[in-house]
Amino acid sequence: MFLQNGTPDTSGYMIAGYLIAFVVMGLYLASIYVRSRNLKQDMSMLEEMEKADQPKAG
Amino acid sequence: METKPLALTILDIVSILVLVIATYLALVFAPTELVMGDVQRVFYFHIGTAWTALIGFMLAALFSVTYLITKNLRWDRLEVAAIEVSMVFFFITIVLGSIWARPAWNTWWTWDPRLTTAAVTELIYAAYFMLRQGIDDPERRARFGAVYALIGGLSAPITFFAIRFFRTIHPVVIGGGNAAAQGGFNMTADMRVAFFFGLFAFTIIFIDLFWHRVRLGELQNKVEQLKLQSSI
Repeated sequence: MFLQNGTPDTSGYMIAGYLIAFVVMGLYLASIYVRSRNLKQDMSMLEEMEKADQPKAG
Repeated sequence: METKPLALTILDIVSILVLVIATYLALVFAPTELVMGDVQRVFYFHIGTAWTALIGFMLAALFSVTYLITKNLRWDRLEVAAIEVSMVFFFITIVLGSIWARPAWNTWWTWDPRLTTAAVTELIYAAYFMLRQGIDDPERRARFGAVYALIGGLSAPITFFAIRFFRTIHPVVIGGGNAAAQGGFNMTADMRVAFFFGLFAFTIIFIDLFWHRVRLGELQNKVEQLKLQSSI
């Protein structure tokens, strides 16, 4: 390909590359957010359960 | 979970800014490489992500040693965070490299020493998470993970030096001189600006994501402790 005269048009590959890079970073950020939200929900549920158990134990 | 520190909020903003600037420098500011055309521009993110990922894997090995010495689970959380963020960055490195290879080498993939060591590194760390998934006891999981991360950490320098030790078609842009390399190029002054800013930007973004991942690990730890307490 690079033996041809002039600069080849490889902009499609460049766009695909940057698109994938941003999508992967975005997905990772989203995964951190979702896992964090789920853990916060778990924690509040566990804390409520603990509070509910305390009067019974007392 | 503790409220988000102000420093982390500032780091989030700085990370977005440096990512925007790095993208501008790579796509607009840097000149088009005459032989490869625009696809060469993926190089700025390819190297930026590779640099931070390989440092992250070696940092994880360092955290694993510290865990094995101190037995403090905080080091385990740092190790996991470093590996996870590095894996994401290294995945981007490999995909960008493959996209660049298609017009440059006329193939998406070849079992060249650099590409092979990079793929093996990524798989080693994918197996690291599988190993951890299979162990319930936190201390046992941390111990096994630390030993694995320590041995796995060797793959990072092997990957880095693969293009310097072996005959390979992968170009060495900095300090290169590999006769077999295909697709190498000399950087102009403007390309160097985009290149070094890319390294800086991905280092900042790595630190930011790492911090977020460490906080997530701490939250996971609290939930695990609460679950253990409630089951007693």
